[in-house]
Amino acid sequence: MHNSDRFKIPLGPQHPALKEPEGFSIALMGEKIMGLDIRLGYNHRGIEKACEERNYLQALYLVERVCGICSHAHATCFIQAVEEIAGVQLPRRAQYIRTLIAELERIHSHLLWLGVAGHEIGFDTLLMYTWRDREIVMDLLALVTGNRVNYGMNTIGGVRRDISPEDIAEILKGVDILEERTKYYIEVATQETSIIQRLSGVGVLTKEEVLRLDAVGPTGRASGVSRDVRRDDPYAAYGEIKFNVITDDHCDVYGRTVVRVKELMESYSIIRQCLKNLPEGPLTVKVPRKIPAGEAISRYEAPRGEDVHYVKSNGGEKPERVKIRAPTLANIQAVKQMLKDRYLADMPIVVAAIDPCFSCTDRVISIAEPKKDNRVISWETLRNYGIDWYTAHGIDFTELNNKFRKKLERV
Amino acid sequence: MAGTLFSILIFPGLLFLCIAGLIFEYVDRKAYARLQNRVGPPWFQPFADFIKLLGKENLMPCAANPTMFNLAPLFAFASVVTVFLYIPLWQTKSSFSFDGDIIMILYLLTIPTLAFFIGGWYSTSLFARLGSVRAVTQLFAYEVPLFMSILASALLADSWSLQKIAVYYAQHPAYCLFNSVGFAITLITLLGKLEKAPFDIPEAETEIVAGPFTEYSGKLLALLRLTIDIEMVAGAALVVAVFFPFALMFSPVVGFIVFLIEVLVVVLLLSLLRTIIARLRIDQMIDFCWKWLVPLALFQLLLNLILKGALS
Repeated sequence: MHNSDRFKIPLGPQHPALKEPEGFSIALMGEKIMGLDIRLGYNHRGIEKACEERNYLQALYLVERVCGICSHAHATCFIQAVEEIAGVQLPRRAQYIRTLIAELERIHSHLLWLGVAGHEIGFDTLLMYTWRDREIVMDLLALVTGNRVNYGMNTIGGVRRDISPEDIAEILKGVDILEERTKYYIEVATQETSIIQRLSGVGVLTKEEVLRLDAVGPTGRASGVSRDVRRDDPYAAYGEIKFNVITDDHCDVYGRTVVRVKELMESYSIIRQCLKNLPEGPLTVKVPRKIPAGEAISRYEAPRGEDVHYVKSNGGEKPERVKIRAPTLANIQAVKQMLKDRYLADMPIVVAAIDPCFSCTDRVISIAEPKKDNRVISWETLRNYGIDWYTAHGIDFTELNNKFRKKLERV
Repeated sequence: MAGTLFSILIFPGLLFLCIAGLIFEYVDRKAYARLQNRVGPPWFQPFADFIKLLGKENLMPCAANPTMFNLAPLFAFASVVTVFLYIPLWQTKSSFSFDGDIIMILYLLTIPTLAFFIGGWYSTSLFARLGSVRAVTQLFAYEVPLFMSILASALLADSWSLQKIAVYYAQHPAYCLFNSVGFAITLITLLGKLEKAPFDIPEAETEIVAGPFTEYSGKLLALLRLTIDIEMVAGAALVVAVFFPFALMFSPVVGFIVFLIEVLVVVLLLSLLRTIIARLRIDQMIDFCWKWLVPLALFQLLLNLILKGALS
């Protein structure tokens, strides 16, 4: 069956290590990974197109379902763009509540990640412990928003539900417990020998590679790239809140773990500040159904990294174009680099370490002519455009073109 | 003749072992669950799993070699069941015994791993083949320290018969303490033999699905799972018989109960170990075995050699 010493094993689209359908084809030599092919697109749902058929409020709820874990991230990112086009100034209380939900969501996402990471390295005890504690934050989210996932908190021009003083007391209580537990996990992750053995030196991505491949979120921060939209381009209430951007210089999976568990501690501090300084006032401002023509890009620091939404309005009730760039799309390119010369046993944890969310990533891209009209571009036009571009930059392909033409004629 | 058949088929042979294996699987799973803060399965879960699997269809990849694929689980099962017949259960009696049976037991305990390798290899699935190769690679790492530490104990007792070793340690219970390093090594390497975390590398779920067992289903899978359960009981019983055969000081019934409690303690220790350690990579596992366990086992051998001279 395999006479050569190198053979390909398929990891996915169905495999116990993967929580979502995606395909990795690994060329192996013994236990060593010699090559890797990644194939996405098993879960394309046509969300962007579907948004164009709905009004802004309906699209908001659809966008919230891009991701089951960072649903608030996508919803907020989308609605920020819409609000920017509409020129709406959000009430401060709504901003604080959005920030609060965002951080609660980050806590639940990072705890979930820690458990998954434990499972991927065959340490199920960590999975059971973290997911037990994650229930605390899930209950808090259910208390505040009414839902454990897909919170439905946002609406155009504000938030839908208020936070009562009783809720605040409950959240503070829960956060105290979680902080205690997180301190324990920091100890476990940084001191347990078998965990360190499996994580340190695995999936190395240097600072230069992060910048070249444009990795975002904890993946980038673990390589010493201090990038965080919350600080660099503050949205919601982040501008008024003090927090540290956690970075680490291990550049490996261990570093990514450390960044995530330490970010949990920052999240607790952000939540406490939010609740302490929660301003009084209305929850929403009125926004007309029709959003004026215009376009906007919105950035948001999701638990997995920078999330980007682009919304274009033509002045009607429905968006003309919605474009979503989930953080995983930025990070997935780095996986190939991370797995260079590693073992098969490192594959699950390295993939898990970017905290992938493949279903959120799946998009279809069709290329339109870069000029004004929206026709689909032909191969010849694209080729000529390329030649023009290179000629303008002082690179001449005439000789190569002639060779190419001769080759074509021979065929 | 009837007595021999009884001991092979009913007690302490096949029937007893099957039930004991499933009960100890429950103990292991429940302890593992409780240590992880879960509820865990009800007591009949292993029995229910077993019966359910027996009722399922047997599927085999069409490229697989039917003889090897079907026979490998039977070989594994037969060898682990045979092991138990040579282990002294109460007083100093085992069902069968001869000089040198400890060597035979160690080899019988190796057969399941080889059978898993053959079954996995001939099922032709990529995951099964990778798992099989890992199983054998791992075998070469843990087998050496395991043999050395068990034989170190035999060396002190000056016999290669389990029964005589048991008599020796029953007469000098304090001498068991000399073997504590060997006991620790045996416990760790037993995890490798049973393919449990941190040495569950051959069946690492997140990498190669179920390793050698990927293609097995139905009755054969039931048999394989039962084999692993019995292997756990037999391994734990061997540890008890070699390292602390205290049960031999009591009357048969009490002695047998004490023996079972000792086996239970060993199984619980195995559960504890697999709860608290993450799975290692195959290279790390081999490094660990050769860099740490083998020198420690050598130390145990040396210690027992010196002790033997000093004590006689």
